[in-house]
Amino acid sequence: MKNIMKSITAIAILALISCGGKEEKKSEGIQIGQKPTTTETPKEEVAAATLKASETIDLTNKGIGPIKNLELPATVDQAMAAKGMEVYKNKCMACHKPDKKFIGPAPTGVLERRTPEWIMNMILNPEEMVQKDPIAKALLMEFNGSPMANQNLTEEEARQVLEYFRTL
Amino acid sequence: MKKAINILVSLIMVAGLVSCNNDGNKRGNKGQGGLAGNAAEKVYVAPGEHDEFYAFVSGGFSGQLAVYGLPSGRLFKVIPVFSQDPEKAYGYNEESKPMLETSYGFVPWGDAHHPDISQTNGELDGRWVFINENNTPRIARIDLTTFETAEILEVPNSAGNHSSSFVTENTEYVVAGTRFSVPIPQRDMPIKDYKGNFKGALSFISVAPETGRMAIKFQLLMPGFDYDLSHPGRDKSHGWFFFTTYNTEEANSLLEVNASQNDKDFIAAVNWKKIEEYVNNGGGTKVPAKYAHNVYSDETHSATSTIMDEVLTVNPLDVPGAIFFLPTPKSPHGCDVDPTGEYIVGNGKLSADLTVHSFTKMLAAIENKKFDGEAYGIPILKFEDVLAGTVKQAGLGPLHTEFDDKGNAYTSFFISSEVVKWKLGSWEVEDRQPVFYSVGHVMIPGGNSRKPFGKYLLSMNKITKDRYLPTGPEVTQSAQLFDISGDKMELLLDFPTIGEPHYAAGIPADIVAKNSKQIFKLSENKHPYATITDGDAKVERKGNEVHIYMTMIRSHFNPDNIEGVKVGDKVFFHVTNHEQDYDVPHGISMIGANTSELLIMPGQTETFIWEPKLPGVWPFYCTDFCSALHQEMQGYVRVSPAGSGTELKWSLGED
Repeated sequence: MKNIMKSITAIAILALISCGGKEEKKSEGIQIGQKPTTTETPKEEVAAATLKASETIDLTNKGIGPIKNLELPATVDQAMAAKGMEVYKNKCMACHKPDKKFIGPAPTGVLERRTPEWIMNMILNPEEMVQKDPIAKALLMEFNGSPMANQNLTEEEARQVLEYFRTL
Repeated sequence: MKKAINILVSLIMVAGLVSCNNDGNKRGNKGQGGLAGNAAEKVYVAPGEHDEFYAFVSGGFSGQLAVYGLPSGRLFKVIPVFSQDPEKAYGYNEESKPMLETSYGFVPWGDAHHPDISQTNGELDGRWVFINENNTPRIARIDLTTFETAEILEVPNSAGNHSSSFVTENTEYVVAGTRFSVPIPQRDMPIKDYKGNFKGALSFISVAPETGRMAIKFQLLMPGFDYDLSHPGRDKSHGWFFFTTYNTEEANSLLEVNASQNDKDFIAAVNWKKIEEYVNNGGGTKVPAKYAHNVYSDETHSATSTIMDEVLTVNPLDVPGAIFFLPTPKSPHGCDVDPTGEYIVGNGKLSADLTVHSFTKMLAAIENKKFDGEAYGIPILKFEDVLAGTVKQAGLGPLHTEFDDKGNAYTSFFISSEVVKWKLGSWEVEDRQPVFYSVGHVMIPGGNSRKPFGKYLLSMNKITKDRYLPTGPEVTQSAQLFDISGDKMELLLDFPTIGEPHYAAGIPADIVAKNSKQIFKLSENKHPYATITDGDAKVERKGNEVHIYMTMIRSHFNPDNIEGVKVGDKVFFHVTNHEQDYDVPHGISMIGANTSELLIMPGQTETFIWEPKLPGVWPFYCTDFCSALHQEMQGYVRVSPAGSGTELKWSLGED
């Protein structure tokens, strides 16, 4: 009896090994989720329809941090925006390209999705934001767990960067 | 039956354990077995809490300076000073290599001895730690905002730079004396002609009050004795410096016998204020001397090395009334001045007694010209005239004395392996505690100042034999912490150290911790190869040199794909850490690079050189676990054969 059990186990293991081997031979590279051959597409479309965190719009959440209330004047202060662009180039560009998703989301159009307070708090207080703010938490997941770095901007610099974002 | 036997066996085992413990206590903590728990509480610093004192403990022959917390004995950092440190790329990256340049060329190792903390008005100010290198005579200054070596100055005409690096009350000078006398200037001559021909240089190195920048103000060329240790006068004796001597016999061989012939050697008392005045008025002789002066800048994140070519020397006989010899038995080692500046303790290492001189009596004897002869024209004061008192039969082999804030002195005894507490003025022994084993120096935080913090004493021991789990023939040296707040010293803790814990300097943590830097500001980075703006990351070719201007931030390098490098190229990785947050260093290393990793602090730029030997595609990666995506922080360099036409290009995140 015992021997039979052993044989069965051995056969099962062999089967597993050979299965793995066969799959690898099929093609080069890994194919998880790629090039669906049959008609599974409807399911995927449903999944894609759920908005990504970077695409959600929330113009009430002010985030967590030093900025409680910020009224933006109607016109963009171009001088301030120019300073903001300098700060952005030196301290943010390594992870945020202006109009293209990179390590983190692109800032173009961010004021259509977030409050000015939320944006500044994300710059000034990222550690607490990614722990407690629901949008920041979701963004961290969307961007592979790559945390927003605290670049130790002053409030003035963060405000300048915000003004620069208004010009994008 | 079985059960009964089991219980019996257990009981016997327990009894055995208990008695073992008792033995241990008796040996380690004499007569205080029952109080062992109390000692543990005194050194326990709960997780997340901070220690009360910093202890900067010399690494001795490791050449480095270790930073411990007291009372816990926890090691925080090893600051590389005189030896290369691949962990931090010190002496390996292009920026710090000049720090180890000397007049003899690049020297990768040093022998660190006596750290001393800068002072203002005779009290610790916690700005810098100075430490001497014995073998290739040098003095280093460590900046206590960065805890990094900021400056190294070579000392010419010196050999065995041992009676160093002690600072005066306002850090006017850091002093470096020679242990070995040598021909000055160096020349080819018979060794046996040492006597009367060799000289001992005592160097007074000025320290700029704002920057800490060091420069040799003058070198006093003394008779050819061995100058062993030194200490500045303080308070009433401020303006004087005291040096112990041995080998006043001027023997050049078998010193262990021949340098122990004289019943008394000397403590040299030097009125440096008087010599300073002489020098400021144009006195002294400039002589050619080659020595390196290495300075590190936190702006360029780079060091420069300059070879200096002359030094100002002073002949003691040209400044009458500035230098005197105080006879002191027998080959004194430590030369220690109490917090009031009145008492100068000579630790005659071949004597059982301690000799204490009085500064007041010394001044009186000088005033009255009560001399007992002279040595090479320098007046010798009469022993009895300057003696304040003797601590009789205190122990065997006294080496060094420190002081608390209650008028007590604490002397280490090497041969009898003990620390002895005695009273200044009454010269009576108050307590003695064994140490394990063979203590060299002892340290009380602020013990070299007007204001000691007499709560703890650290004993630094050369031999530990049976004290720890064995680790082959080489075993650790150790430090032992005593509570000295009560009448009797109490041994609290015993911890292993790096290298040889030669000597240490301690300071209350709150003086230093508040100034500790967290990051370097990227906007202040003046490194010539820094990449301040990520968009400026690039690769440039200049002949067979390829310069990579690279940035790093969690969790990528820019660029991370580089092509067009060829076999025979010399590839410079100039890497700037773009993080501006506390405690986010990144590292980088390249397969096949004949050097160490770089470990780059936020806002800093460092450089390593790689000379690829084979065509292929070669990876580099971040060596410091920086983030959740640390394992993704990697890149490739394509190396083509020499002479191939592969175009130089670089990218990040492009297909």
